[in-house]
Amino acid sequence: MAEQTPLFAIENLRAGIEGKEILRGVNLVIERGEIHALMGPNGSGKSTLAYVIAGHPNYEVYEGRILYKGENILELPPDERARMGLFLAFQYPTAIPGVTMANFLRLAVNSVRKARYGEDKALSPREFRRLLREKLQMLRMEESFASRYLNEGFSGGEKKRAEILQMALLEPEFAVLDETDSGLDIDALRTVSDGVNRLFNPTMALLVITHYQRILNYIRPQFVHVMLDGKIAVSGGPELAEELEEKGYDWVKSRFAEAAS
Amino acid sequence: MVIPEIELKRLGSEYAEKYGFRDPEQYVFKARKGLDREVVEQISWIKNEPDWMREFRLRALEYFQRRPMPTWGADLSELNFDEIVYYIKPTERQGSSWEELPEHIRRTFDRLGIPEAERKFLAGVGAQYESEVVYHSLREELKRLGVIFVDMDTAVREYPDLVKQYFGTIIPPNDNKFAALNSAVWSGGSFVYVPEGVRVEVPLQAYFRINAENVGQFERTLIIVEPGAYVHYVEGCTAPIYSAASLHSAVVEIIVKEGARCRYTTIQNWSKNVYNLVTKRAAAYRDATMEWVDGNLGSKVTMKYPAVWLMEPGARGEVLSVAFAGDGQHQDAGGKMVHVAPYTSSQIISKSISKGTGRASYRGLVKVHRGAHHVRANVVCDALLLDEHSRTDTYPYMEIEEEQVSIGHEATVSKVAEEQLFYLQSRGLSEAEAMSMIVNGFIEPITKELPLEYAVELNRLIALEMEGSVG
Repeated sequence: MAEQTPLFAIENLRAGIEGKEILRGVNLVIERGEIHALMGPNGSGKSTLAYVIAGHPNYEVYEGRILYKGENILELPPDERARMGLFLAFQYPTAIPGVTMANFLRLAVNSVRKARYGEDKALSPREFRRLLREKLQMLRMEESFASRYLNEGFSGGEKKRAEILQMALLEPEFAVLDETDSGLDIDALRTVSDGVNRLFNPTMALLVITHYQRILNYIRPQFVHVMLDGKIAVSGGPELAEELEEKGYDWVKSRFAEAAS
Repeated sequence: MVIPEIELKRLGSEYAEKYGFRDPEQYVFKARKGLDREVVEQISWIKNEPDWMREFRLRALEYFQRRPMPTWGADLSELNFDEIVYYIKPTERQGSSWEELPEHIRRTFDRLGIPEAERKFLAGVGAQYESEVVYHSLREELKRLGVIFVDMDTAVREYPDLVKQYFGTIIPPNDNKFAALNSAVWSGGSFVYVPEGVRVEVPLQAYFRINAENVGQFERTLIIVEPGAYVHYVEGCTAPIYSAASLHSAVVEIIVKEGARCRYTTIQNWSKNVYNLVTKRAAAYRDATMEWVDGNLGSKVTMKYPAVWLMEPGARGEVLSVAFAGDGQHQDAGGKMVHVAPYTSSQIISKSISKGTGRASYRGLVKVHRGAHHVRANVVCDALLLDEHSRTDTYPYMEIEEEQVSIGHEATVSKVAEEQLFYLQSRGLSEAEAMSMIVNGFIEPITKELPLEYAVELNRLIALEMEGSVG
């Protein structure tokens, strides 16, 4: 039987910013239906990886490939990657003053829908409003949220919910959640995680980036990877996250330092 | 307010297609190039004007000839007064239905969407083509309430007492070189009179179209809002794309009486060969409110500083100004607030965007006369630069002769942040769409003040300007 193309794969990725190498050879394969967690101490390169996947223009790729449905996406601008079905929930979403959530979301949803499902699949204003209302309810957000300016004056929790709201509307096939748990209290974490779990389905995959194990009690990964110094030092099942929580990153560092060097 | 989604994909040659077309020149009368006594007398003669107006013009011509070109503000050195045609009469008579207009002129306004807008959301329309207003209408119920909305030439003939009482009182002919020019050769423009207590709830619109090359358009507008009345007047302007310069130099005078309110909205989208040098001033009396909403997109050079003279206690003035300076354009715009009386208040909010080699300048004045105590004035000017080469400057003048006043001023200059672009692009918006969205958000404090149709139009025009702004 011919080997199937994985949904998402990273091959020997070396990347950095302003000449400083941060990712020093990352390899990762993710299939549809899988949830992977990427853990690691601060500065290990987790967020850099998220940005490189999404196509942030300030990051330089020195070597390697990122394959999405078998296609190397590294040369594509971020908007094309999004229109192919990739999504990044930002750790620090940017505020855009004067632009309402509703206006932004409709333009985003329709540009993605047209690219993925065909020109005639754009939503009418009415269809869009209905969809938006449904997703707002799912995430326990007020309807008035849609008329606020994008991320402007949002609390930490509101920002994270807004990111998941966008994910819900854009229906990605591969989503990266970058520290979605940071800045959330326990109730907000539960709501956001519930939302993610409801959005998840066997045709898509998730990469959950987190410093703490906490969110993984709600969004349960089958695979856990630990990043150290720009490389994945160790991979395992959910038990790895628990061990990490118990013993701390120093344990990984002492144990897997050779693997990461 | 939710602004309908803007279709950004097919904007390629849209100005050229939508506004940049030109008609063959078919005129009843076209003055020779250049300006002298003879040309002014000719204009007055063709219009069959009363002596007082002819003399007013000739006096203004002398002022114009005596005054030097302004050397502050934008570069006007390429403007050659001798190469300009000062008067073109496009038709024999004015129509009150579009069908009465010559085919080519009717087609022009059809393409610009004016008859459609009139049916949908306007209370009255004036359409000026070259030097003359060719079409005018006003809803019957407003006529019955005593509202007058006619072109200025008709007003001189039919409402001589009103015109004589106010014409040139707010902006005297010797106010500045271009006000003098307008006073000498003015033609067309609107005359609006709103009787006491009458509220005109839907906007009146005037549309100004230049068609020929090397011409000047010099409309003259006078708006009188009687006590307790309200009117919203909107003007739009376009011209075809020519290489030679055209000149648009209007004068707008507004009187807002006790407790009345007037809003004057401009969406200026001249083609990039037009010098747009306009004098706009209003006098606001006791508890009256005057609001200028000023959108400047097109033109080669714009110099325009709508002013409010706050004449009596309780008067309020506001200028909301958006300027977009694209490649090769200089938008020198702002506002002036002159506090003559105590207990008056004013606000100027200016938002400018510069792209490529474009230059946007804010130039404004807040003046508080001695004795005008308890004045509150606030100036906010924000500039957004779209790339490395674009330029912005701020000239905020303050002349405060009174101590018991509260004056605020803030200015910001920002660049479109890479992080904002990346964020929006990561949601599937192209770089151009992302840029437009950031710019539209930047000017949102002003677009939200516009009626929906104009807000959409302004955002669309900016999207059009953004074309090609990204690599």
